[in-house]
Amino acid sequence: MSKHSPRDRVTGTPFTRGLGVVILAGITLLIILAIFVSPADVNQGESVRIMYAHVPGAWLAYLAFVVTGISSVAYLWKRTRSLTWDRIAGASAEVGVLFMGISLVTGSLWGRITWGTYWTWDARLTTTAFLFVTYIGYLAVRGLGGTHQQRARRSAVLALLAVLEIPLVHFSVQLWNTLHQEASVAGRGTDVEMDGLMLFTLFLGVVVFTLMYVWLVLHRQRSLALDDMLDDSGLDNALTARRAEAQGVAR
Amino acid sequence: MSNSVPGSAGVIATARLIAAKDLRVERRSRVLLNQVLPFALIVMVMFAFALDSDAVLERVAPGLVWLATLFSVLVMVSRSFAVETGDGALDQLRSAGVPATGIFIGKMLALMVQLMVLVALLVGAAVVLYRAHFSWAGGVLLVTTATAATCGLAAVGTLYGGLAAGAKGRETLLPLLLLPVVAPVLIGATRATESAFGTNGIAISEGWPWLGLLVVFAVLFSVAGAVAFGPLLDE
Amino acid sequence: MDDAGFIFASYVITFGLVGAYALGVIRRARKSSREVPRDERPWL
Repeated sequence: MSKHSPRDRVTGTPFTRGLGVVILAGITLLIILAIFVSPADVNQGESVRIMYAHVPGAWLAYLAFVVTGISSVAYLWKRTRSLTWDRIAGASAEVGVLFMGISLVTGSLWGRITWGTYWTWDARLTTTAFLFVTYIGYLAVRGLGGTHQQRARRSAVLALLAVLEIPLVHFSVQLWNTLHQEASVAGRGTDVEMDGLMLFTLFLGVVVFTLMYVWLVLHRQRSLALDDMLDDSGLDNALTARRAEAQGVAR
Repeated sequence: MSNSVPGSAGVIATARLIAAKDLRVERRSRVLLNQVLPFALIVMVMFAFALDSDAVLERVAPGLVWLATLFSVLVMVSRSFAVETGDGALDQLRSAGVPATGIFIGKMLALMVQLMVLVALLVGAAVVLYRAHFSWAGGVLLVTTATAATCGLAAVGTLYGGLAAGAKGRETLLPLLLLPVVAPVLIGATRATESAFGTNGIAISEGWPWLGLLVVFAVLFSVAGAVAFGPLLDE
Repeated sequence: MDDAGFIFASYVITFGLVGAYALGVIRRARKSSREVPRDERPWL
C-alpha cells in the first residue's frame, strides 16, 4: 500500500490514505499482541494465536457476503437502481472470497495443530467451503461479459439465489452430521476461556480486518468504476471512428 | 397460443406447450436415450472399477446412483438450452411476450420427466450391478424420493441453465454453479435411498425426514425459479 | 513444521494475501485510469 506515493491519486482519497496508515499501525499491533504478548490458552495452547486472524477473517467474509446481498437488492429495486450498487456487490464479493480463503487456510492450520487433521466435515466448515465455491461461481458469472446492466442483473439474481441456498446447505449438512459421531471432534478440547488481553486482541483483530475490508472495497469498487468508464469510452470512440469512416466513404 | 398477457392461463398454456415441445424434440432426436443414459450407465460401471469391492459397492450404491444422476443433469441441462439458443428461439419467444414463468415451468417439467426415466434406469442398474434390493415399502419411498429430488434438480437446472445459456464458457460454468447448489439434494436423496435399500440396516422410517428436506428444496427452488427466470432472461 | 511454524505461516499467509490483493487492485486501477479523464471521477 504506497501511502506516500503522490501517484496514488487514482482511487485514493485523503480518507483512504489516512485509513491505510491506521490499518498498517493496527496490523503491527495485532501481530505483536497475537504472536508475542498475549498468553497461550489453557486448553488450546499456542494454537489459539491463529484464532486472532482466523475468526475476524470468517466474520468479515460473512459480512462481505451480506453486503453483496444487500447491494444486489439495491440494484434490482428500481428506485435505487444504480451500477454503483452492482460494483459494490462485486467488490465486496471479491474481498469476501479473499477473507474466506484466508479463514479456511488459517482454520485448516489451526486444525492441524489442535486435532491433527487439516480438515473435518462438521457443518460450519463444510458450509463455509460451500459458500466459498458459490461465490467463486458468482465472480465467474460477473466475468461473462455483455453490457454492464446485463452483468449487474445476472449477478444480482445469482447473489440472491446464493442467499437462499446457503441456509439450505447448512441445514442439510448439519442433519447429515448428526448421523455421524464425528461432530464431537469439533467440541473436544477447544473451549477457550478468554482473559482480558486475549479478548482485546480478538477485538483488535476484528477492528483491523473491518478497516481492511472497507479500504479494499472502496478501492476495488472505484477500480471497477474506472474499468466500466473505460468500456464506455471505448465504445464511444469506436462509434465515433465508425461514423467518421462512414462519412469518409460517403464523400 | 394467442394469449400474450401473462395471466395464469397464459402461463399454464405456455408451460404445456414448451414441455410438449421439449419432449417432442427428445423423442425425435433421442439424445437422452442414445447418449445420456449410456453415459450414466458407463459412470456406474466406472464406479465399480474405482471402488473394486462388492461390499463397498453395496454400501455406497445409493450415493453412486445419485452421483451418476447429478453428472447426467449437467449434460441434460446444457442440452435443454442448446436446443433454444441455437436459433435464438428463446429470445424470439421472449420478445413475442411469452411469459417467462411459463417457459420455466415447461422446461422444468420436461427435464423432470427425463430425469425420472434416468433415475429409474440407474436404480435398476444398482440392483443389477451393486446388488441393491428393496421391498414394496422401500419402493414407495424410492418413488417419492425420486419425484421430489428430480423436481428440485429440474428446477435448479432450468434456472441456472437459463443463466448460463448462450454465454461463452457455459459448459465449464454450469457445473461450478450447479453442483454446490444441489448438495442438499444429493445428501437428502442418498440418505432416503439408503433407507429404501436397507443399506447398513437403516430402517425405511428413517428415510421420510430426508424426503421432507427434498420437498422443501423442490418447492423453494421451483418458486425461486419461476420468479427469477424472467429477470435472468431479459436483456 | 512445528506449532510455531504453523502460527507464523498463518499470519504470513493472511497479510501476504491481503497485501497481494491490495497491490493488484491498485495496479489494475492505475492501468485503467491512464485512459480515463481525470474529472470524471466522482470520488475525488
